[in-house]
Amino acid sequence: MTQETGNIITLKNVNKWYGEFHVLKDINLDVKMGEKIVICGPSGSGKSTMIRCINHLEEHQEGDIIVDGVILNNDLKNIGKIRKEVGMVFQHFNLFPHLTVLQNCTLAPIWVKKMPQKEAEKIAMKFLERVKIPDQANKFPGQLSGGQQQRVAIARSLCMNPRVMLFDEPTSALDPEMIKEVLDVMVELAGEGMTMLCVTHEMGFAKKVADRVIFMDAGQIIEENEPESFFNNPQSERTKLFLSQVLGH
Amino acid sequence: MNPNNRNGLSRLFYNPTARSLFFQALILGLLLYFVMTIVGNVMTNLHQRGISTGFGFLSQPAGFGISQTLIEYNETFSFGRTFFVGLLNTLLVSFLGVIAATFLGVIIGISRISPNWMLRKISMVYVEILRNIPLLLQIFFWYYVVLQTLPRPRDSLSFGESIFINIRGVFLPKPVPDAGFSFYVALLVASVVAVVALTIWAKRRMRDTGQQFPVFWTSIAILLGTAVIGFFITGRPMVLDYPELRGLNFRGGITILPELIALWFALTIYTSTYIGEIVRSGIESVSHGQTEACRALGINEGQRMKLVILPQAMRVMIPPMTSQYLNLTKNSSLATAIGYPDLVSVFAGTTLNQTGQAIEIISMTMMVYLTISILVSMFMNWFNRRVALVER
Amino acid sequence: MSEFIPKPARPAPATEIGVIGWARKNLFSSIPNAAITLLTVYVLWSVLVPFLSWAFVNADWVGSTRADCTSGGACWVFISVRFNLFMYGFYPEDSYWRPNLTFILLIGFLIWLSIPRIPFKKIGAILALTVYPVLAYVLLYGGFGLEVIPTHRWGGLMLTLVLALIGIVVAIPIGVILALGRRSEMPVVRMVCVIFIEFWRGVPLITILFMASVMLPLFFVGGTDADKLMRALIGIVMFQSAYMAEVVRGGLQALSKGQFEGADALGLSYWQKMFLVVLPQAMKIMIPGIVNTLISLFKDTSLIVIIGLLDILGMVGQALADPAWLGYPAEGYLFVAFTFWIFCFSMSRYSIYLENKLNTGHKR
Ligand SMILES: Nc1ncnc2c1ncn2[C@@H]1O[C@H](COP(=O)(O)OP(=O)(O)OP(=O)(O)O)[C@@H](O)[C@H]1O
Ligand SMILES: [Mg+2]
Repeated sequence: MTQETGNIITLKNVNKWYGEFHVLKDINLDVKMGEKIVICGPSGSGKSTMIRCINHLEEHQEGDIIVDGVILNNDLKNIGKIRKEVGMVFQHFNLFPHLTVLQNCTLAPIWVKKMPQKEAEKIAMKFLERVKIPDQANKFPGQLSGGQQQRVAIARSLCMNPRVMLFDEPTSALDPEMIKEVLDVMVELAGEGMTMLCVTHEMGFAKKVADRVIFMDAGQIIEENEPESFFNNPQSERTKLFLSQVLGH
Repeated sequence: MNPNNRNGLSRLFYNPTARSLFFQALILGLLLYFVMTIVGNVMTNLHQRGISTGFGFLSQPAGFGISQTLIEYNETFSFGRTFFVGLLNTLLVSFLGVIAATFLGVIIGISRISPNWMLRKISMVYVEILRNIPLLLQIFFWYYVVLQTLPRPRDSLSFGESIFINIRGVFLPKPVPDAGFSFYVALLVASVVAVVALTIWAKRRMRDTGQQFPVFWTSIAILLGTAVIGFFITGRPMVLDYPELRGLNFRGGITILPELIALWFALTIYTSTYIGEIVRSGIESVSHGQTEACRALGINEGQRMKLVILPQAMRVMIPPMTSQYLNLTKNSSLATAIGYPDLVSVFAGTTLNQTGQAIEIISMTMMVYLTISILVSMFMNWFNRRVALVER
Repeated sequence: MSEFIPKPARPAPATEIGVIGWARKNLFSSIPNAAITLLTVYVLWSVLVPFLSWAFVNADWVGSTRADCTSGGACWVFISVRFNLFMYGFYPEDSYWRPNLTFILLIGFLIWLSIPRIPFKKIGAILALTVYPVLAYVLLYGGFGLEVIPTHRWGGLMLTLVLALIGIVVAIPIGVILALGRRSEMPVVRMVCVIFIEFWRGVPLITILFMASVMLPLFFVGGTDADKLMRALIGIVMFQSAYMAEVVRGGLQALSKGQFEGADALGLSYWQKMFLVVLPQAMKIMIPGIVNTLISLFKDTSLIVIIGLLDILGMVGQALADPAWLGYPAEGYLFVAFTFWIFCFSMSRYSIYLENKLNTGHKR
């Protein structure tokens, strides 16, 4: 059914609680193949929680999450399958400090996809070139700048050849001049047709690449729209307030 | 479509809940099987050797003497009684050790960061030497080397003809209550109450008027004054029972066994090296910026320690300190190597040999230490929660 | 306006620099301080001088009986006469090369593994953990053409080292499993691990050794009298793995949650996550803790004298009871103390060195 509609990700009435606390309330979302979605909203609104549910870093309690035709339920095989399809980039990079940049990139292809090392390294170098740091391949993550580390993290995810990329505030731990180098890579990636879900407050990025902007508050999706209408003609008061604060200065 | 509709068995296989339930059941099963086998083996073995089981032996007469008893005991008492005699002796040496080790450890820790170079180096050497030598060896050293140099009872070192020290131990006069003793005790209690009241009053006054009151020194004066003056006012309600040399040894008074002294010294010194390091790192953990902030605010050195450094250092120090106290208590079981009658030496030693009931006796002994550990770790959890709350 | 001429730097006053300045600052900064200095110097003097003259100046070093100890100082003859006994116990003299070779090989491996500059660490570690234990067993115990030397003849320092090393090597993997179990999401696994760990940590080693020597035989069919050394080892390993589990737990806790999530997001399985990402990092953090545990274990092995095994302390204790040599406990115990101290002190230095290296490595 999901393939027929051309959706790669479907969230249907997803609900999630942390103990007593209701974090996600009836989330419905369809993501088409190749679509770029930017998610924004105030702190604590559940943005991270939502995209972490998509690759089962968090478990949801009600509703369905379907990724590429695979239902994310209590089935280890499905979870493994989805994680191979979905790449994720974290706010704090989460690179493995005991491995070199190259080893960070080849780890999962070798152990999860059972790829021969030579081939994995060739692919890793290809993606490191794409994020413009092939020369750092044999350094350790601790020896790189924040922007470089984040680009390595992107390359690491790309090495698994994912069909979807999730970004959770990839630039908010970076200094301004580093933000640009990471965003450039992301824009390029978007240009190549990758499906992307991106939590970010970089509104410039949203205007440039997003097909759709989603605004969340208090665990709900309050508004979703094309960037143009979203920024120029927000429907709800809550969105207006948020935008005035984000764009205000 | 098909990955979502796998057949029942494989679905179960990849279901994390099913997997974890299966695995846990497996572990429980194996564990149960293991325990049952052992219990079975133990039963047959005991039967073959003709060793009885159960705790009936606890009420049988022990028939052996114990060199130090804090509660009434002699050969006619039961094996159960030996348990309590041993336990109390363990608690006694642990208590003495904790007090002395804390005292010595704090001195060592402060010396380690003293502005005086000599003191710093000496305390460092003390720590580095003594904590790298096994405790058992230190106990032997005190017992077989140092205490053996003491004179025989006939040539005892004597202090004012009331305290005697010789190879058989230390002999002290024993205070025995006399007429009017209860009145004296009441007086002492009253003075403690007075001190508590004074502290509360001084705190209140300081809160309301800002005036300070030297509570510490006044309290000491009140307590000491009552103890001394009250002693004479109530007509000296205590007489001392002096130790006397009779035959080969002293009789009367309080005897402190050389085994207790050796064990106490060794435990104290060994543990003080660890406590010293805890105190040092506790104080060092409070950043230098705190000291500078105090200086800038004009807080003087004494107040700085009391009001700023120690409260912060304490938080870091108390958990490792408690675990050192626990270690000391457990280490006191080395008593058995020199024959101090602690729980392990009396109960898991002599009593076990007499009855042969290894399972029951060793379990009971272990239970005692486990109970102490659990109580202490409950305290630590409580403390950590409290501290964590304060930090918010 | 006059031109700016920088003033030439003047040397600091003599009270601030040099020996005098140093002494003023560190020894005599105030009156109580000066008093402390003088007092400590006096105490040191009055303790050290008699001790040194007893231990070195007036000591007797050569000879073969107590009659050779005449000068009134320490009688080191007592040690030199029985030195082999203290080192090897009752191990046959013509086979001393076997423990010697075992420990030379061990030292070789330790140098290989503990000095950062030497390459091929992985090969070294694998050899040390697979080939070496078998080799050591054959060398020490016998078999493959070597005469079998039963464990009741092992003793002295050799026994101390054997116990400590086997204890730690076996305890590490068990400790890792227990620590992982303690973090498990399965309540039964978690509970079993917690109880196991807290039980062994809660009781004194002596009671465990008693248990191993009197209770353990009852656990097996027919009450087999398993080797005494073996029984002690089982007790020590149980005790040690509980402590090791806590060291591992500390190492795991030091890792950020991001590392676990990063591995999850890449689709690594639980064991891949642990062995490829988590443990390699945690191990590094844990090494100082492991060395510290080894130090404690090394000191604790001395407790086996209480159940009648003769390690170096036991051998010396036995020698002290020899009627021909009564009266030299100070020499005997000081010798043992010195031996233990050398081992423990050097290990603790190594662990401090590692910790410092780790700290600076992290700060970067
Ligand atoms: N492990 C957890 N346990 C309990 N509550 C949690 C947990 N993680 C998140 N929360 C709560 O869930 C809510 C949503 O968290 P989430 O991280 O998704 O917010 P967010 O929208 O990503 O915010 P931010 O922009 O600050 O990252 C927050 O109120 C947070 O306090
Ligand atoms: Mg977030």
